[in-house]
Amino acid sequence: MSEPLIEGKDIVKYLGTGPGQVQALRSVTLSVSGGELVLLMGPSGSGKTTLLSVLGCMLTPNSGTVRIRGQSTQGLRPEQLTDLRRQHIGFIFQTYHLFPTLTAVENVRLALEMGGERPWNAQARAVTALETVSLGHKINSFPRQLSSGEQQRVAIARAIVGKPAAILADEPTAALDSANGHAIMSVLANVAKDSAHAVLVVTHDPRVIPFADRILHMEDGRLVEKEQSATILRLHERS
Amino acid sequence: MAASGGAPRLSVVDEHESEASAGKDDMEIGRVTPILFTLAFRNLFQDRVRLIVTLVGIVFSVVLFTVELGLFFGFQRTVTIMIDHASADLWIAPAETKSFEATALLDGRERFRALAVPGVAEVTPVLIGFTYWRKPDGKSSTPVFLIGSQLGDGGLQPWNLIEGSVSDLTRPQAVAIDRSYFDRLGVSELGDSAEIGDQKARVAAVTKGIRSFTTTPYVFTSLDRARSYINAPPSSATYFTVRVAPGANVEDVRRQLANALPNLEIITSDQFRQRSRSYWLFGTGAGAALFGSAILGIIVGTVIVAQTLYSSTKDHLSEFATLRAMGSSRPFLYKVIVWQALMTAVIGFAIAASIGLIVARVSTDTALPIILPPVLIAGLFALTVGMSIASAFSAMLVVTRVDPVTVLAR
Repeated sequence: MSEPLIEGKDIVKYLGTGPGQVQALRSVTLSVSGGELVLLMGPSGSGKTTLLSVLGCMLTPNSGTVRIRGQSTQGLRPEQLTDLRRQHIGFIFQTYHLFPTLTAVENVRLALEMGGERPWNAQARAVTALETVSLGHKINSFPRQLSSGEQQRVAIARAIVGKPAAILADEPTAALDSANGHAIMSVLANVAKDSAHAVLVVTHDPRVIPFADRILHMEDGRLVEKEQSATILRLHERS
Repeated sequence: MAASGGAPRLSVVDEHESEASAGKDDMEIGRVTPILFTLAFRNLFQDRVRLIVTLVGIVFSVVLFTVELGLFFGFQRTVTIMIDHASADLWIAPAETKSFEATALLDGRERFRALAVPGVAEVTPVLIGFTYWRKPDGKSSTPVFLIGSQLGDGGLQPWNLIEGSVSDLTRPQAVAIDRSYFDRLGVSELGDSAEIGDQKARVAAVTKGIRSFTTTPYVFTSLDRARSYINAPPSSATYFTVRVAPGANVEDVRRQLANALPNLEIITSDQFRQRSRSYWLFGTGAGAALFGSAILGIIVGTVIVAQTLYSSTKDHLSEFATLRAMGSSRPFLYKVIVWQALMTAVIGFAIAASIGLIVARVSTDTALPIILPPVLIAGLFALTVGMSIASAFSAMLVVTRVDPVTVLAR
């Protein structure tokens, strides 16, 4: 484990306006270090996705600070936040969000070339990333030709190809069966072995608990408990 | 790090080895298209029905614009065809002459006053006028536009002769007509006879491609015979064409002629062309109609392309949101849309230009040929690209507002 790669301190976020406004995050403080895989769990509406959006620089907190690799996001303009997201954060989505008209390798290249990488270099790096997730044999397959698990692995390759500091995954196993969910979490656990990456996974899925270094639990916009993996494992084994 | 559960091997590799090698081969030989281009291309071709509708819109728009502008160019040329082929540096014309087809007469004395002006080498009378051509069967007649000129150098002689010669027009009753008007004039070959103004006329020469935009056939003859056909006074003329002496300045001579003949128009050939074009294109409203149709074509094309790009962008909105979530800048998203617009423009223009060129070729021998000079083709390409990019603005506005957070909500 190394220094925190992504941190949030006293984050408060309101959603909506007027009478319908709700406080989605109430002074949330957390950090995820390099080489760490942290699960963020909690019931629907507890604020997990909002927290992920704030940490991923897609939403700006009303108060509190977010730091990515030590750099504060406070005061950054929207396009600067976008640059920060491209350079330091990799997203994995529940429903993959692959581009149906692009092949696996093209989907991965996209993450690099939109940042200015040359096509030839992007191609080589994308192939390597796909090989990392054991899809080196399907680089020219279109998403429709891939199983759900394979599509999610392409999404992981796309998230890691730019070597981001933080990988934020939103319910990455929710659409997968048990075997594929296990396989996806294995890949993410392997990614998190590298101290250059911090992995934060939002999930409802108890099957992924054995892969966690830490679990954070949210309720009503607050982090309500923090458990270390050893304790979790014991509880999990007992159940 | 927590248990990775003895991370299992994720997939079976062997059965897909060949597909993997195929992908690597592509990479090894260096065929890597920029992803921006690939994404735009695939987005465009994904919905072929929509693409076809877009292309039909562009093709319709560009063909309409091309044909209208081609007609404009053709009209411009046809309107001045007689001025272009006259041997003249200057024209002496009745006052307020608006176009070549004016029919006021000069009385003939002006010719000698003009010849007295220093720098004038030659003054040649030309007589024009509308009259009727009675067909050889004697039963029906059709209007014709008569052009009489002194035969020999200067003036306005028939050109593009395919049968007979200018000197044949010196023979009694000789006239020259265009091959394309044979049916209209009821003749079938050289030597056939008809009547003009109750006087006999015999086809002594035949031209090719001298057609009138008014659809009234041109009939060339000698000056005296023309006067006789339209009952004009013996020394009268519609114009005097002037050739200046070698070394004389055309503008200086024009000024001196204007002083010598203050009640007449003294204009250069260029001025006469410009005046004729202005009259027929803008004085009659014909040019406005051509331009109006052309602009309508562009508006229709722009709206169709804008609508298609807009709906295509809306369909791919989740992909654009994903790009934003991944950290794509707005210019990158705009480039995807602009590339789509450019591809649409290039394909649409290629089809439209081909159709336009075919239409232009077919129109070559008509009264109003469509002329597509290279500069017009280049201009149309620029216009098509501009139109497509302008159409992309509505789609750009859509992606400007796309919210990356929506990706996490799905």
